[in-house]
Amino acid sequence: MSDQGEYRPLTYFQLMEVSLRELLVEKGIVTDAQVDAEVEDMRRRGPERGAKVVARAWTDGAFKKRLLENGTRACEELGLEVPALKLVVVENTPGVHNVIVCTLCSCYPRMLLGLPPDWYKSRNYRSRMVREPRAVLAEFGLRIPDGVKIRVHDSTADMRYFVLPMRPAGTEGWSEERLATLVGRDSMIGVAVPKGPSD
Amino acid sequence: MSKAKYKVGERVRVMKAYPLGHVRTPYYIRGCVGEVERVCGAFPNPEELAQMRDGLPARPLYRVRFLQKDVWPDYRGSPGDVVEVEIFQHWLDPA
Repeated sequence: MSDQGEYRPLTYFQLMEVSLRELLVEKGIVTDAQVDAEVEDMRRRGPERGAKVVARAWTDGAFKKRLLENGTRACEELGLEVPALKLVVVENTPGVHNVIVCTLCSCYPRMLLGLPPDWYKSRNYRSRMVREPRAVLAEFGLRIPDGVKIRVHDSTADMRYFVLPMRPAGTEGWSEERLATLVGRDSMIGVAVPKGPSD
Repeated sequence: MSKAKYKVGERVRVMKAYPLGHVRTPYYIRGCVGEVERVCGAFPNPEELAQMRDGLPARPLYRVRFLQKDVWPDYRGSPGDVVEVEIFQHWLDPA
C-alpha cells in the first residue's frame, strides 16, 4: 500500500490490516469494492473543507455564531457531514491562541482536514504540546507573545476540535473563495496562522 | 444515561487512580484540579467499550480547563496558559 515506489517489508500492523481485510472479504462481510470506496473517500477529504468553513465564518457573522455554538450542525449547513462525533470549534482572538493535540492517540478532525500529518501522530508532538506549547509552536515558526494566552486542547474522548483562526488584516472585501486560499491546514490545527494577503 | 453532577465553572479534581485497561484519562492530568468549561453530553464508557461491552448507561463527559502552572509546577509560559481535557464524570471528584 506504500506510495513510495520502493519495496519495504510489511510492518506488524500492516500485516494485521491485510490479514483482517482479506478475511472479511473472504467471509463476505465486506467486498473489495467497498473497502476501495472507503479509502478513496478518506483520501478525497482534505483541508480545503476546513478552509471553506473558516472563510464562511469570516464573512458571515451569523454562521460563525452557529459554528461556535454547535460545530457539527453548522458544518452540515455547508453539506459537510461530521458523523457521530461532536465538533467543537475554538476561536483565536487577539488575546487567546488555540492549538489541538491528542496525547493518547491521534484524534483529529478528519472530516474537515483529511488525514493527519505524520508529525501530529508523533510522540514528540503529542507529549510536548501539552507540556511546553510555546516552545513547540516556536519550532513551527510561530512565536506567541507573552500577553496572548495559549489554550491547548487535548482530544481525549468523543469531541473533535477545530481552530477558527483570525482573519488576516488587509483582506477587507475579499470573497469567500479568495479568503479560503489563505487558510492552510496548520492554521486550523493551531500551529500556524493563515497567510497574509501579500504572502 | 447518568445525570451530569457538575456545572460549568465548578472546580473538580481528577482522580489519581491507575486502573488497568483502556482508559481515556491521560496520566499527566490525574490528581490535578481544574474548572468545568462545558458539559459535553453523555457517551458510552470507553473503558467498557474496550471490553466489548455496550458501555451503557452513557456517562456524562466534561471538558475541564486546567491552568498549566497547576499541571506542571515548573511550567514556563504565561500564567494564563491553560490545557483543556475531556474527562468522564466517574473520574472526577468535587474540589
